[in-house]
Amino acid sequence: MFDHAPPADAAPDLDPAAFLAARNAQFRAQVARRLDGSLTEDEFKPLRLMNGVYLQLHAYMLRVAIPYGSLNPDQMRALADIAERWDKGYGHWTTRQNIQFNWPKLSDIPDMLDRLAQAGLHAIQTSGNTIRNVTADHFAGAAADEIADPRPVAELIRQWSTDHPEFQFLPRKFKIAITGSPNDRAVTKAHDIGLRMVTRDGAPGFEVVVGGGLGRTPMIGKVLRDFLPRADLLPYLEAIVSVWNLLGRRDNKYKARIKITVHEHGIDAIRERVEARFDALRPLFGGEDQAVLAALEARFAAPELSDRPVDPYEEARAADPVFRAWSDTNLAPHRAPRHAIVTVSMKAHGATPGDCTSAQMRVLADLAERFGHGDIRISHEQNVILPHVHRADLPELHAALRAAGMGTANVGLASDIIACPGMDYCALATARSIPVAQGIATRVEELRIEHEVGPMKIKVSGCINACGHHHLGHIGILGLERAGVETYQITLGGDATEEMALGARMGPGFAYDEVVGAVERIMRAYLDLRAEGEVFADTVRRLGTAPFKAALYEEARDAA
Amino acid sequence: MMVVSANRLIEGDAVWLTADGGFTPRIEAAAVFEGAQAEAALAGAAARQAEVVGAALAPVEMRGGVPVPTHFREAFRTRGPSNYDHGKQAG
Repeated sequence: MFDHAPPADAAPDLDPAAFLAARNAQFRAQVARRLDGSLTEDEFKPLRLMNGVYLQLHAYMLRVAIPYGSLNPDQMRALADIAERWDKGYGHWTTRQNIQFNWPKLSDIPDMLDRLAQAGLHAIQTSGNTIRNVTADHFAGAAADEIADPRPVAELIRQWSTDHPEFQFLPRKFKIAITGSPNDRAVTKAHDIGLRMVTRDGAPGFEVVVGGGLGRTPMIGKVLRDFLPRADLLPYLEAIVSVWNLLGRRDNKYKARIKITVHEHGIDAIRERVEARFDALRPLFGGEDQAVLAALEARFAAPELSDRPVDPYEEARAADPVFRAWSDTNLAPHRAPRHAIVTVSMKAHGATPGDCTSAQMRVLADLAERFGHGDIRISHEQNVILPHVHRADLPELHAALRAAGMGTANVGLASDIIACPGMDYCALATARSIPVAQGIATRVEELRIEHEVGPMKIKVSGCINACGHHHLGHIGILGLERAGVETYQITLGGDATEEMALGARMGPGFAYDEVVGAVERIMRAYLDLRAEGEVFADTVRRLGTAPFKAALYEEARDAA
Repeated sequence: MMVVSANRLIEGDAVWLTADGGFTPRIEAAAVFEGAQAEAALAGAAARQAEVVGAALAPVEMRGGVPVPTHFREAFRTRGPSNYDHGKQAG
């Protein structure tokens, strides 16, 4: 668990609490000037966006940064307090490991920010044309396949990028993701910069990927440097953002992201400019960043893990099929075999993916303290992770989760759906996404087929901006408006891992009340077509999309 | 036919301009405008920045003597989110 309190010897001007207090006081005064008429909405909008405040369809929305998806129990309780006191008693985990509150009053937001600051949290740079919250593998520091824990580096990047004076008015938003595992759970190739921790001749470093992104022009990132020595990271990142800050287009926001800059100039030309800028910047980094990183690594020390027997786990698996089903789907291998990484599903069948009540947040905080070394993660797949749970404690943990409505055994299955807020909340959306996810989850539960279907990633976006990562879904669903009604395009064959692939569009879209049935036809086609032991994604790779397309449209025609 | 749709400055909730110049959280009570009259009403609402933000025209048709949105986006604004009842529809 990372201690967000400043080190005892921190200089006053580097004290995070003082920084947040000053920043919140500044925003409180800006809100006051908006409310007394001193600021117009045009003047105020960029100020509120820099503090994570959006205006949505039904209310304001406050987006709070969860650094690299990592929370401690006190921070989780602070989020619960905020949801209960100033919102409608729940928060929504997002696809960038953040949380959104959907119903705050503008006049309450300064108080909400002060409550966040008490727990070392804030909403700075969760919107606007800045470097956004750095995201990371949600299994960081625990995964059996990990080369190194990416969180100290992610925290270093956070400290470097927060309030960085050169990068407050970038051409567009900028997103960085990092993984310490060869199996990429952080979607690094779909970020403006993706960092993969690697070693060369025993020395630690990074593969640096640049220019990935989804949205209206989806692109898979390209390798800018196949090995960057660890000590060169910050000057190299600064070089990339600095080059893009000058080259990035400001005449057309749809062409402003670095993926377009890389596409228009070519990766070789970008590399040449970045390397030249890096040569100029490198001498300015005198080693203080590495001293900070070393201190951070000490603060992310791994918890002491017990070596006691796991008998209660084995006994519960043998005696309780509900526990066995949950442990089959919701556990991942921990580097210490007597421990497990627990994914708490926030996808109860028929519920809103990613919604979490205040009561559930408090339960999660308590369980993290009791069973999980006080460590909590939020995944971009909108679930909550307890990364260090001893297997002997799993039966008790599972019982407590079930009692709080968080015991659903569906992680990685068809009902574990990523869905953006869509037109139920978002002012940019062109169609709803959450009810589509609810409908699919309800259908597979009614049919009891998702465990037979097996691993399947369904991702739903309510507009072309692709917050629901639909391009990367095994089944991707994009909601659009066509002729005044909601229409849903289906893609197949996407992949969010290190083998990243963009899904192929199947054909004409489906109406809102047709899309659940369309997804069911894809699942049934898979069950008919699969080879022995073959998961859905592999069947699509082996056969291509044609048989699924036939199932989608021929049956629809037959029904017409 | 159009109504003037907006969000209240402090609460952020969806409201509509009424015939007496107020803002109502119920579209049934909204004033209906056509043509240049609608543009003028929008300009007037947009200028009232101490009360509302995001003023815009939304097309409606009259049903049972009250305006009803013709676009699903505005219809959602009249009810609240459709995932479960916790917006206007929850009272």
